Amino acid sequence: MQFDSINGFLNMGGYGFYVWLSYGVTAFSIILLIVLSCQHHKKTLQHITQRYVRENKRKEAAEQQRIKQSNTLTIAETNNESSP
Amino acid sequence: MTDNINKIHHSSYRAAFMLILKRDLTIAFRHKDDIFNPILFFIIVITLFPLGIGPETNTLARIAPGIIWVAALLSTLLSLDRLFKSDYNDGTLEQMLLSPHPVFILVLAKITAHWLLTGLPLIFIAPLLAVLLHLNEHSYGALMLTLLLGTPVLSLIGAIGVALTVGIKKGGVLLSLLILPLYIPVLIFATSAIDTAAMNLPFTGQLAIIATLFISTLTLAPFAVTAALKVSTN
Amino acid sequence: MWKWLHPYANPETTYHLTGRLIPWFTYLTIALLTIGLTWALLFSPADYQQGDSFRIFYIHVPTATLSMGIYVGMAIAALCGLVWQLKLSDASAAALAPIGAVFTFVSLVTGAAWGKPMWGTWWIWDARLTSQLILLFLYLGVIALHNAFDDKTLAGKAAGILTLVGVINIPIIKYSVEWWNTLHQGATVSKMGKPSMTIDMLWPFIFCYMGFIFLIVVITCIRFRSEILSRNSMRPWVKELVLNGSSK
Repeated sequence: MQFDSINGFLNMGGYGFYVWLSYGVTAFSIILLIVLSCQHHKKTLQHITQRYVRENKRKEAAEQQRIKQSNTLTIAETNNESSP
Repeated sequence: MTDNINKIHHSSYRAAFMLILKRDLTIAFRHKDDIFNPILFFIIVITLFPLGIGPETNTLARIAPGIIWVAALLSTLLSLDRLFKSDYNDGTLEQMLLSPHPVFILVLAKITAHWLLTGLPLIFIAPLLAVLLHLNEHSYGALMLTLLLGTPVLSLIGAIGVALTVGIKKGGVLLSLLILPLYIPVLIFATSAIDTAAMNLPFTGQLAIIATLFISTLTLAPFAVTAALKVSTN
Repeated sequence: MWKWLHPYANPETTYHLTGRLIPWFTYLTIALLTIGLTWALLFSPADYQQGDSFRIFYIHVPTATLSMGIYVGMAIAALCGLVWQLKLSDASAAALAPIGAVFTFVSLVTGAAWGKPMWGTWWIWDARLTSQLILLFLYLGVIALHNAFDDKTLAGKAAGILTLVGVINIPIIKYSVEWWNTLHQGATVSKMGKPSMTIDMLWPFIFCYMGFIFLIVVITCIRFRSEILSRNSMRPWVKELVLNGSSK
């Protein structure tokens, strides 16, 4: 241990402000970089998920439309047949 | 009942202002390049001067106020383009001119958004760059005050110029020719204030003149911008 | 000779491989940096001349050297992307740029904080600091250019060209800045060179250096995976990955 006390450690032989400024800015910048990179990754995944979910919804809606249309057609046909 | 109408009138002015302000800020945050590029330009231009002139501390300290202010002028000039251009291109500008709200309010909102995104960062970064230029320690307060009062003037006067040139195809260089002469008073008084502060003398006189410029442009420029926009969208 | 690399040109393989590697590299980084920085802060001796401010050295020098190393890495990736049309190469160059910019910024700030007690001024226009400042501008330019395009392939190509022009320019810039510095020799000669290190100082330095290298690897892997995803979002493997992940 190069330092006798916590105060000595914080003071860094008179250079405390500069040493802790350096270490502080480094820690802050790197942590910010890591956090932003992880967030960017999550956001990218979210965007892609949303797009595929929307696409699936659209496909299902189109499918429903098609089924409804074919149902009304069959009903119309049976009506035509029942009334001569 | 007249009370209620007056109240509605007031809140609708404020609502319109806040709406346009929020819209412009949202659009700018979606194109972050528009915010960062002028700031980056500011930093690089200031860095070029010591490389061209030499790192001698006294020389740099002598010309630091001028360098910072000229760089601020040029980077504001670069950032003015996005004030009306994209709105002009897709027709939003015409819609704004046709709206029942006074165009003064809408224009003021756009200029406020522009200042928040361009002038305000400049005010915060300039002291750091002043360290690079070895600016005299007494001048930092003057630097920030002149920038605080002066950058809105730059946005307001610049808006007049952009409004005039928004319809012109190659309006960029023309814009600089129009606006830079109008910026000269702000430049002169701001650098004078900073130099006076370096000599430890009071600089309230110059600051008062810049404040006058600020108030008068704040009240008068939007009218000029409106008139110019009406000309440009014809 | 490079056949063993070929499977890794497949984005899916690389995505999953880097995903599996990230935890291991993270543990390694944490171990190395904890040992290195604790050693640097608590156990390494204070310098004879510079006192305890010398502890800034253990951050300043690795970040400064690595910032240049990252740029060279970016340039190699850009070259592979342009010459052999490797999309993953462009993705890795895009992933590296912000990391390089942050490291350059950190080296500038730690250099200024070290310079204030040593030279009496926060900033001095000496050759090394000025070159670092210009390197920061090069990084920011590459990032800005990349963000200006909507199409990522075009963006990669443009940023690649800029990176290559920059890497050729770096020696020229360093040479001209040093020449400029000797012309205006009013400034004090920088004594901030690599001091002759004792063993007591060498070991924490090595730990910090290796720790920073693996930190770069970890962050690059994270960003690289985002880049792969956004460039390959149409592929079925991405669709499967995303929909399976959301259904968990």
